[in-house]
Amino acid sequence: MNEFDQMYREVILDHYKNPRGHGTLDDADAQADGQNPLCGDEVSIYVAFGDDGETIDEVKFSGRGCAISQAATSMLTEMVKGRTATEVGVLDKEELLEEIGIPLTPVRLKCAMLGLTTLKVALHRAKGTPLPDGLAGFDELELS
Amino acid sequence: MAVTADSKTFNAHAIRADFPIFEQLIHGKPLAFLDSAASSQKPRQMMQAMTTFYETSYANVHRGVYVLAERATAALEGSREKVRALVNAPDAREIIFVRNATEAINLVAYAWGMSNLGPGDIVIVSELEHHSNFVPWQYVAGRTGAQMRMLPLTEEGELDLSALDALAAGGNVKVVATNQVSNSIGTINPIEKLVAWAHEHGAIFVCDAAQSAPHLAIDVQALGVDFLAISGHKLCGPSGIGALWGRGELLLAMEPFLTGGHMISSVRLEKTTWGELPHKFEAGTAPMAEAVGLAAAIDYLQAVGLDAIAAHEHELAEYALGRLGELPGITLYGPPADRRAGIVSFNVEGIHPHDVAQILDMQGVAIRAGHHCCQPLMQKLGVAATNRASFYLYTVREEIDQLVEGLHTVQKVFA
Repeated sequence: MNEFDQMYREVILDHYKNPRGHGTLDDADAQADGQNPLCGDEVSIYVAFGDDGETIDEVKFSGRGCAISQAATSMLTEMVKGRTATEVGVLDKEELLEEIGIPLTPVRLKCAMLGLTTLKVALHRAKGTPLPDGLAGFDELELS
Repeated sequence: MAVTADSKTFNAHAIRADFPIFEQLIHGKPLAFLDSAASSQKPRQMMQAMTTFYETSYANVHRGVYVLAERATAALEGSREKVRALVNAPDAREIIFVRNATEAINLVAYAWGMSNLGPGDIVIVSELEHHSNFVPWQYVAGRTGAQMRMLPLTEEGELDLSALDALAAGGNVKVVATNQVSNSIGTINPIEKLVAWAHEHGAIFVCDAAQSAPHLAIDVQALGVDFLAISGHKLCGPSGIGALWGRGELLLAMEPFLTGGHMISSVRLEKTTWGELPHKFEAGTAPMAEAVGLAAAIDYLQAVGLDAIAAHEHELAEYALGRLGELPGITLYGPPADRRAGIVSFNVEGIHPHDVAQILDMQGVAIRAGHHCCQPLMQKLGVAATNRASFYLYTVREEIDQLVEGLHTVQKVFA
């Protein structure tokens, strides 16, 4: 395996080219927009809860960005479906990083975390779950 | 010293030997450094001048009566004179040392803008601006009730001067602020024409020369501008120092920007009076060693010759545009080679600049990927980001070849 394949392994490129959960939800129960001020990338996350008002029934994302941010967000949507807001609100970022499975420099780590951070903000707004670490770039936060 | 004043004998390979950064491999490959527009690499001569200053002449400047303080003061003021000569200012007292061009523009936006702008006034900046010449004006306009209006671009990425008159409607134009060279797409702007229009309307003209001073000979008197900002780190100098040139009568009439030590004439409980120029705008301990480094960098560039550097970069831009044009799926931004500086911005179809830059880095090629601190311009171009390769006096064609080779690999990985 050469160095390029290690960084851009097949699964990353697959999620980038065929993102799961790409789109929007008109009547989302939770929603947030995030951006990475380093590169101007943007992602919007939409969540619909099931009848219990707690389980994530559907999650969609839209936006534009690099392969790492788009693939990570795509993987995230698969990872959190069926889990509760309470669980996802404290989801360990290591779980997502393990799924991504490639070495990331500090700048690229921010790309990889954009979707998860935005999702946690959406859940925080809807359900009061904890805010994610490092909120820089989220300019729509209403923390009051 | 490898430099020479004769443009016919300009030799980028020889110049390169003065820059120790190139004496290493990156990821096992020779370094192709194509990000000089963000910051330039440093010649040994500049670093040596700073070291010698620290080792032989270092003390705080101006008020000391001992020999080291005198040497340090002479070094700082000698550097001011070098900057004056670099931009052909009438008087060295009009040269204010600041941290960088951003601080220089903030100085003008606050110290001139807060006293001279108000409701009904218009500040015009262009869609090409770096955030350094956009955000300060947006902020100060917001604080004073003035309006900020944008001078649009043509399809080729050049300023559309025919739009100027319409921008002046319904208000008093007080400031026109543009860069001389776009850091994002390399456009060289017609400063004299913009200045003439600004002055006709009674406005001042503020020139962001951060991206032009490293590459073109600048003459503030010929350009006719009222303020001009430069950054040392982009022209082979150290980080942490830049300069503002301002027309003497404007600087004299302005309130200070930062207050504190050194910038005073006298301090009394009831009132403090300001020092003479340039000291009124230089509160606190000066960046002394940085000024020494900046002076050495200017010496270095002038020994090579700014005209020769401009010609070299022009050739490289033309070569790069040609080579990149051979690749499939490449979008190039900005004007034709004959109307741009050594900056080439591009996108690779279907591949985000971050990914392009990452895969290039693995091959020893350093480019910039992102919005280049120009989000309004990126919106205009309809993209979130671009790739940018930028060149300087030490750039050689082989680095551009390495870039093109690297882009083939990028396309292979994403195929």
